[in-house]
Amino acid sequence: MTLTDVSWLIGGPQGSGVESAANIFSRACAAMGYQIFGKREFHSNIKGDHSYFTVRVSDQIIRSNVNDVTIMMAFDAETIFRHYDEVIKNGAIVYDSDISETTLNETHTIDNQYRTRLLARLSLKKKPATIQGVLDIAKENGVKLYPISFKTVLSSLADEINNPKIKGMVRMYNVLGVSFSLGVLKMPPKTLLDSIDVIFSKKQAVADLNKKTATFAYNYAAAKFVDFEYTLKPTTKKQNTIMVQGYHGTALGKMACGCRFQPYYPITPASDESVFLESNELVDVIDNRPGSTLVVQTEDEIAAIGMTIGGALTGTRSATCTSGPGFSLMAEALGWAGINEVPIVITTYQRSGPSTGLPTRHGQDDLLSTIHAGHGEFPRIVYASGDVEESFYDTGRCFNYADVYQLPVIHMMDKFIGSSVVTCNKFDTEKITINRGKLLDKVDGNYQRFALTPDNISPRSKLGLENGVFWNTGDESDESGHITEDPELRIKMMDKRLGKLLHILKTIPDDEQAISYGKAEICVISWGSPKGPILDALQMLRKENVDIGFIQIKLLHPFPKDYVEFLLKDVKTIIDIEANHTGQLGELLKQNLERGPDFYIIKYTGRSMTSTEIYDSLKNIIQNKAQKRQVLTHGS
Amino acid sequence: MDLKLGDYKTQVHNDWCPGCGDFGIVNAIQMSLAEMQIPRHKAAIFSGIGCSGKTSHFINVNGIHTLHGRVLTFAQGAKLANPDMTIIAAGGDGDGLGIGAGHFVAAGRRNLDITYLIFNNGVYGLTKGQASPTLKLGEKTKSLPSPNTNYNVNPIGLAIASGFTFVARSYAYDVRHLKDTITAAVRHKGLSFIDVLQPCPTYNDINTRDWYSGMDQADEITKMAKPRIYKLEESGYDPLVHYDTETELNEKLTQALIKSLEWDTKIPIGVFYKNEIISQYDRRLTDKIPNYLENPPASQIISTNGKSVTDISRILDSLSV
Repeated sequence: MTLTDVSWLIGGPQGSGVESAANIFSRACAAMGYQIFGKREFHSNIKGDHSYFTVRVSDQIIRSNVNDVTIMMAFDAETIFRHYDEVIKNGAIVYDSDISETTLNETHTIDNQYRTRLLARLSLKKKPATIQGVLDIAKENGVKLYPISFKTVLSSLADEINNPKIKGMVRMYNVLGVSFSLGVLKMPPKTLLDSIDVIFSKKQAVADLNKKTATFAYNYAAAKFVDFEYTLKPTTKKQNTIMVQGYHGTALGKMACGCRFQPYYPITPASDESVFLESNELVDVIDNRPGSTLVVQTEDEIAAIGMTIGGALTGTRSATCTSGPGFSLMAEALGWAGINEVPIVITTYQRSGPSTGLPTRHGQDDLLSTIHAGHGEFPRIVYASGDVEESFYDTGRCFNYADVYQLPVIHMMDKFIGSSVVTCNKFDTEKITINRGKLLDKVDGNYQRFALTPDNISPRSKLGLENGVFWNTGDESDESGHITEDPELRIKMMDKRLGKLLHILKTIPDDEQAISYGKAEICVISWGSPKGPILDALQMLRKENVDIGFIQIKLLHPFPKDYVEFLLKDVKTIIDIEANHTGQLGELLKQNLERGPDFYIIKYTGRSMTSTEIYDSLKNIIQNKAQKRQVLTHGS
Repeated sequence: MDLKLGDYKTQVHNDWCPGCGDFGIVNAIQMSLAEMQIPRHKAAIFSGIGCSGKTSHFINVNGIHTLHGRVLTFAQGAKLANPDMTIIAAGGDGDGLGIGAGHFVAAGRRNLDITYLIFNNGVYGLTKGQASPTLKLGEKTKSLPSPNTNYNVNPIGLAIASGFTFVARSYAYDVRHLKDTITAAVRHKGLSFIDVLQPCPTYNDINTRDWYSGMDQADEITKMAKPRIYKLEESGYDPLVHYDTETELNEKLTQALIKSLEWDTKIPIGVFYKNEIISQYDRRLTDKIPNYLENPPASQIISTNGKSVTDISRILDSLSV
């Protein structure tokens, strides 16, 4: 059996439709039966700056991007200047030949840092600073160059279908690019045309014109470039597959587990989730009238969490969604939810900090700040998902934790997951259980919101419940919720709240705390999105008979000390992999286990990890060639 | 069974200073709740931080003592999720017009059916008398090291500019007027604001009870004190926006703004502005979620026997490949 594993890259100015091109391409390949792993990189800019999409296509399970690009599609100069050396030997650059004379000098969107680096590389190879110059290097690397004049093709098409209007239609370039690519790859065009139909389903005329263009372009490239060795043949289709955007997991998870209120303040890369929830605000309910998710755009993140808490006090499952800067603003109210034992869920899609940092880039640098956010001591749960599919089910868990333990739960996601496009198994609502804990439906007799109980969790009333009138305060309070400064009550109440942490570790099942993917003397520990690239890298190593274990820690606070200790019992070498500068999970390990990582593989460029670079770094460790700390750099 | 005034009082010890205007405000809220016979579990007092923040502990309905400046955010969240609740928010002038001013403006733009009382005494009492946003420029209350260097905010003007649809002022020592104003505010469908003049006997030695009574400005002939406070409703003032026209709206807004600038010798209390034409937030919601009011977030059934009853298959189908 031959394996198919093709990486396709398309780039262009922000706002030029790169994303919809990638969508059409991914959908076409997924419908053909392939697995997809796509990732979008973009600047903090609305129009003009360079953005690109890498889509990896395989007939095997894939969970990450690789360094190598098999086929690159470029209709602007910057894409070629930026990515020409990522294309592998025998790979291809399909490009608009009308730009081959473009110089680096006239490509203004390229920043000075990259310009300087590229000029140095070009002068070393004695090449001119033009598209032709970099293409020459690619050619010397064994890359096949497939020039196509987009203008000429459109013009021939215009003549053939007798529609002169499309001659200069630049917005057709995306469909042209995708179709040329699939023509070069010889993938049967049926799913391409279906994919266009789906994407333009609301505009039949546009769909028809795009399909004509696609067919013409596909045939043109398939006939002209016949020597490309990579092909996408029809493959067996897996049942129950969906193609999702990164934020679909938490958004659909929220809908499925009954979150009905989400106030939020816009922030990249988190707002996509809230916008999706609002776009689908009417919720179908089995055998009942429709429900709804009330999504409210607030004036700031402080209001977002304040409203979320207000909603939760009515018994409504309530959440907000944010990123690092917004989460920092929520810190004070987080403590309020802690002292008042209010179940809320905060989904945070991390990006690179500090401050505004790299606002559209990936990072995992908020682990410790999330665990410690807010003044004073109060219980919370910090839980992290490793990929989109996991995040759907984890969202359900987070709401159960919030309800059962009556505390704020922070569900950690990140930009890598958030802006990926992947195929995965269809989400199964049947697997989501809903546990509201000690939320009351009726109250008899005297009610005290913070009644002391053996498990430290009190029956919870809600606003509007008869006989269930209650008080909350950010001050220390007695059992009824009224202010107290009594030292003995203070001890009881602090012990009650913080006592929940132990109860949590005792009652959350091991396999929800951490996942062990096989044991070995050398073991990787990680959390969140590196999961995919790690698993792919370990699979590559296994093919070389190198066995490395992997523990994905999902419950990060309270830290599952006992279970992780058990999993690491026979491990001789611990390798910490995460996307930050200081190895924050490693710090947690040291704090809790009196044992730290022996090696670190870290990345803080704002770009996600590829399986290739993790594979390379793990190999360095095995071959005794590695420093204690390896810093990954791939990606532009 | 009728609810009595006593049913709305808690046994919690009240630690406000003797003579504090806050007592009058708590009494007025309790009287108003009793007058409207609102079931205890269906009412909630949300409060901010400071002396006024303790209000929620003294009233025997749900009481949510929130964070400094954030009271409106918590209150709106609860109202949005359970629109059946009667919600009164209470906080100080520093709370609502200083640290919380952004939420004040945003709440006005939404126009939820909530009542908001600001206990306006010109000082930060609980931190020992610093200047609040309503203290006039150049005034020096007794614990200020030097005269106030900031211009004062006009609460009535800010409320009108922000979109509040019921804007009133009352006086903590005129409990009956305050009670009536609260009742009218709660009955108003939309966001109502009451600027409650509340002398702080400990730290504000300028706007004292005697000052409001005009003890310093005796009538030359009768030698009687000339009270500063007078009632708009007794002066022929009409706060209501009668027609949905720009001219009418502008006239009522302008009139209210000009009225709000009266101070020093004569201080109006009563309703400055009332607009029943601007849509309430829940009406804006029902435009997109038709059954929002019959089936709001807090009433929705989300599970049976621990299983989700939400059906997301329509969306999953659209994502299928």
